[in-house]
Formats: sequence, C-alpha cells, structure tokens
Amino acid sequence: MDFELSEKAIDFRSQVKKFIENNLTSEIISNMHGTGTFNDKSFNEALASEGLLAGAVPGYGDRDPVELYLLFNELEKAGAPYDGLAVTMLVAGIINAVGTEFHHEEILKKLLTGKHNCCLGYSEPDYGSDVASITTKAEKVGDKWIINGQKMWTTMAHESDWVLLLTRTNSEVPKHKGMTMFLVPMATPGIEIQPVPTMASEKTNATFYDNVEVEDQWRLGEVDDGWSVMGIALALERGVMGGTNPAVPLLKHVLNWAETTPSKNESLMINNTLMRERIARTAIINQVGQLLTLRAAWIAATGGMPGVEGSMAKIYASEEYQKVVGWFQQMAGAEGLLSFGAEDAAASGWIDYDARHAPVTTIYGGTSEINRNNIAERHLGLPRSR
Amino acid sequence: MDLGMNADQEAIKDVFASFFIEQTGPESARNSIPLGFDTEAWKRISETGAPGMGVSPPAGGGASLSDLVIVAEEAGSQIAPLPIIDHVVASRVLEKLDLLEEEVLTGTLIAGLVVRPVENGVAKSVPTGAIANRLIALNEDKLLLLTDEPPNESLPNHGDLPIAHREIKNADVIAEGKEATEIFDRTLNEWKTLTSAFLVGITRSSIEITVEYVKDRHQFGKPIGSFQSVQHGLADLPGLCDGARLLVNKAAWAGDKEISGEIKLTDNEISDFATLASMSLIFAGETSLQATDRSLHYHGGYGFSEEYDIQLFYRRARAWSQILNSPSEECLHLADLLLKDSEG
Repeated sequence: MDFELSEKAIDFRSQVKKFIENNLTSEIISNMHGTGTFNDKSFNEALASEGLLAGAVPGYGDRDPVELYLLFNELEKAGAPYDGLAVTMLVAGIINAVGTEFHHEEILKKLLTGKHNCCLGYSEPDYGSDVASITTKAEKVGDKWIINGQKMWTTMAHESDWVLLLTRTNSEVPKHKGMTMFLVPMATPGIEIQPVPTMASEKTNATFYDNVEVEDQWRLGEVDDGWSVMGIALALERGVMGGTNPAVPLLKHVLNWAETTPSKNESLMINNTLMRERIARTAIINQVGQLLTLRAAWIAATGGMPGVEGSMAKIYASEEYQKVVGWFQQMAGAEGLLSFGAEDAAASGWIDYDARHAPVTTIYGGTSEINRNNIAERHLGLPRSR
Repeated sequence: MDLGMNADQEAIKDVFASFFIEQTGPESARNSIPLGFDTEAWKRISETGAPGMGVSPPAGGGASLSDLVIVAEEAGSQIAPLPIIDHVVASRVLEKLDLLEEEVLTGTLIAGLVVRPVENGVAKSVPTGAIANRLIALNEDKLLLLTDEPPNESLPNHGDLPIAHREIKNADVIAEGKEATEIFDRTLNEWKTLTSAFLVGITRSSIEITVEYVKDRHQFGKPIGSFQSVQHGLADLPGLCDGARLLVNKAAWAGDKEISGEIKLTDNEISDFATLASMSLIFAGETSLQATDRSLHYHGGYGFSEEYDIQLFYRRARAWSQILNSPSEECLHLADLLLKDSEG
C-alpha cells in the first residue's frame, strides 16, 4: 500500500488549509454554537469564490472522492460549520446525477454559489430508520402535486431554499415502490418550520406540509421511484463527507487544557499517567478513523462502491468518539461539566460541548444498528434479521 | 495513494496463504504444545527460502516490510507455530552488522529477538527463548548476540509460545552506544509491525471461523447467526480488523520509507515509523482481543472446550498483544513519542 497522497490532492489540501486559516474566524465558530445553526452562508460563499465548492459536489467537476474527503475532513478538524454545506452539496450531487435541465438551472447553479442551502426531508415522527414506511402524501391533482404530512430532523430548514422531500405517492404497491422525491421550494405556501432545540448547541427542526402545492417540474426522478433517488444519495455520500474525525478537534482542545491545568499528584494534567494513556489511545482512534474513511474514498475513486466500508468508518468513528468524550469529561471532574463562557470550564467548555454532541453521532446519518445490519448482511453474509 | 496490493504482493499472499493452510493450520499449533514450535513445518518453510526473505537482495532476500506484513498476516491467520517474524527481523540485524551466517539464512539455525531490555543479566520471557540459536538483545547501550544452545523447553504459558528466560552467558557485544540503540529501536519497530500483522491474521480468522459457526449452529429452530444480537456483535469486528490492517500497512510503508519525525498530533497527520509501529501493536492487539473474545462467546460452551480451534486463537491473541509490554505501558511509550515537547 502507498499512503502518499497524489500531488494534486496535496495541493488541494494545502489550498483548503490556507482557506480555513484565512477565513474561519473565532467569531464564525462562536456564532455557530451561539445560534445552533452549523451553517455560515458568508463562509460558504467565500469557499465558492475560492473555487472550492464546485469540487465539493460528489460526482461533479474534477474533484475525486479523495479530494472530497480532504475538503470535509479539513473542515471537520478545524471545527468549521459544515453540516449545512455537506447536505447541500449532497443534494447538488443528486441533482447532477438525476436532475432535469430545469433543476440544473434553477437549483444546482444557485447551490454552487454558496448563497443557498438545501435540507433533507426523509424522517418522520413515526418513521426514522424504517424510512420506507413514510406517510407524507403527494397526490397528483391535475398537473400539480398536493403534499400533506410532517417531517422530523429537517436540520437547516430555516436556512434552506429547498427541501429534498420523500413522499408517498402510491399505497397499493410494496412500500419501497410507492415513493416519489421532490425538491420543494421552502417559500411555497403551506410549509411551517418549528425549531427543535437539542441537548447540544445544534438546533434542528420539524417541518409541516399543509396542502403544499407544487408543479411537476419540482419532482426529482420518476414517479414512485424515490427509493432509487435515495440510493443515489447513499452512493454519493460514501461516508467521506465529514463525521469520521470528530475526536480530532476534541483532542486539540483537551491538549490545550491538559498542558495548562494542574493535576492532583503531578505538576500538570499532561503529565498524569492515565491522561497520557488516553491521549495515546485517542491519537490511535483518530488515525484509524482517518484510514477507514480514506479507504472508502479510495474505493470510490477507483470505481468501486464502498457501501459496507462507509458503514465501518461511520460505526467506528462515532462509537469511539463517544468513548473518548466520556474519558476526558470524567478526567476533568466538576470542571468537565462547565459550559462555554463559564469561569474555569475545562477546555473552555469544549469538553461539555463534545459530551453533549456525541450521542447524536451514532444516530444521525444512519444509526449504528442500521450500519451493523448492513455489514452483517452484505459483508458477513448473515441472513436478514428483520 | 494506493490502498491495494501490487501484483507481486498478491503472489506473495497466495503462496504463503497456501503454505500456512496446507503445512500448518491450527492443527500444527495444537500438536506443537507444549514447545510451541513445529520442527517439521519449519524445515518445509526453510525449503522455500522464507527465513532469508527479509535480508538484502544480494544475500538472497529482498522483501520489504510491506511484503513481510502480508506473510505475517497469513501466518497469524493459521496461528502458525513458527518463529518467522523474529527470525526475519533478527536476520536483518545480523546482515547489517556483517554477522549473517549461512545457517541462519537457510533457517538451519533459528534467530530471534529479546524484545525487552536485559535486566540483571537475564533476558526474561523471550518469545523465541526456548528455540532460538541466535538471539539479539539490548543490555543498556550494548547490542548483544547470544549464541548459547536453546533449552528446547518452554515455560508453560497462556499462548503456547516457545517462551523461555535466557541467562546472558556467551554473548558477544556486536554494537555499542548510539549505534546499538538505533539498531535495536529500528528492529523492535519492525518486530512490532510484523507482530501486529500476525494479530490481524488472528482477528481475520476468528471472524471467519465464527461467521461459519453461527450460520451452522441452530437453536430455537434457526441458525444463531440469524439473531440480531449475534449479528451485531459480529458486525463490529470487520471494521476493526480492516482498520488494524490499514494501520499496520501504513507503519510498514513508513518503515520502508524510513520516515522519522513526521508527527502532527493535533492535525491527525502522522507518518513517523516508530509512532505508527507502536500504534499498530496497541490497536491490532486490542482488536484481536475483542474479536477472539466475541468469537469464543458465540461458540457457546464449545468455544471453551479444548476441541474447538477458537480457544487457540483466543489465547494467542492475548499472548502476542502483551509479550512486549502491557498495552497501557505501550500507550505511555506512544504518548512520549506523540508529546515530545512535554515531559513524561
């Protein structure tokens, strides 16, 4: 194996690093945690004008999946607001793959400017992992579609111009075969956004659709073929759009804290034996998370479909992140409970933040259980258990 | 970047996979108890020239560390009771110091490594102590070559390895000072990398054996592998196994390129050989413990019985992952490498 990145990839990474250094201010970071919106349009716009955004659309432009990984990995390591961007670029990739000329002109072009966002409308109050059972209904009336229902976890809906909406269009066929995807403009009458605060900084939403009327041109993919469009999204995402190195920024914050904080028996926490063991173990976890993700990107870049490999990276990175956060929060004792802005907060409140954020990482983007099903069935060849 | 094997490496994998399956297999490990060494299989592997493959091309070798990890993983997958890793890394030292004997090159004499520093004139719990005719050891800042006859008797141990204590009697000083410690450190890093690959092989096989078992074993009228609790316990393991293999291969790549000092901890960019070798041993070790632990458990009571192979894998995972160091100690060594600016 050769672990040296190509020259093109190294140049790209340097460009991204330089961009982050010049554009990611502490104000942007404190703003994202203050507002709960992990999306910054001016930052996204700057990325676009630097020419870095078109490359972030999977399957579009001249960036391969390894470079896509590098972009999101650098943003993740720097603690930048990239959640909204990752979803938006994913939708751009889907449009690129199956969209009409209208979608390209009307949406994709705008998404590439960094000024616009998309959000995902898949989950519902009663259907999360079992997404093929969704009930939000789209009915064809004349040449228009009337949509009624409710979606959960529509994060960034309040920042978005469109929602990628999965709807039920046929109840007479097996459930996978009766769904249709739409790109619904968020300004359409009948859409209501209700904020859903979370235990961490980030905010999400529930969205309600009450007789929302859209023209057929907003349909993405064939009628009753929404499941295939979802499959494209999964294939494009491949686990390389961030989320597999969450303990890198955490370790940076922890090191800053340990190097300046007195310990009971040693001069500083950084000299505490258990602390050092855990720092070493975290460094290993970060390397392995990186390697598993790189492997998925490399498979995609060489023409393969790393579905199972993406699941492996996702499970590993998120579960280990939770473990690591637990170690450091306990090591920080009472000060590990103090939040951003509190006097004496361990790692300026980052430990408290990561401990609040970590639980969602094994849930969103495919739960650990769904990913384990995927590995058990498709990699180990065990019988379907549902 | 290329995370696959090249054509030569595919060939190496095929040859050694067949060799270890046909000539050793878990049966050989079982039949080699208590010594922990299969004399006949060693003769046969010596006929292939494998004991000399790690030395330079003019001396008849030419395998890179990246090639050798493939051999080590295949050996681990069959828990081969052969000192191939120790022999190969010790041979490289002997060649470097112009001390390579023909009998070592051909495998007639077995070479090994005293992985821990000598204390009070005794090399304790040497992995090949019971069988090695030539042993490389570090005593303070002197590199020693032990040429005593081996005891050919192992200390009874958890992993059925040919472990023995060796007194330092007939030892020649073969390097001193900085040269000695540098050679020893490099060699130990190679040993860590290859031992990690052996552990990856153990992990891989224990998953394979167990997946077959749970497909076959029926309870409540169904294969136990159709139960989600069993599936999910197993589904965690392939990612760990693949992660360990990637880390080990990265260490071997760094070792072949002799990369030293490239550590950006807060940016997660690490290509320093010593650091990656240490990470590999800790991670491949831990992964093998988890994989063999779950694998044995899903075998039920049979997994605990001597008759089933999984207990052989279980015990060897523990033996190889801590014969150098307790994993916590190895983590502290790793922390020293990662946090060079801070005092330890």
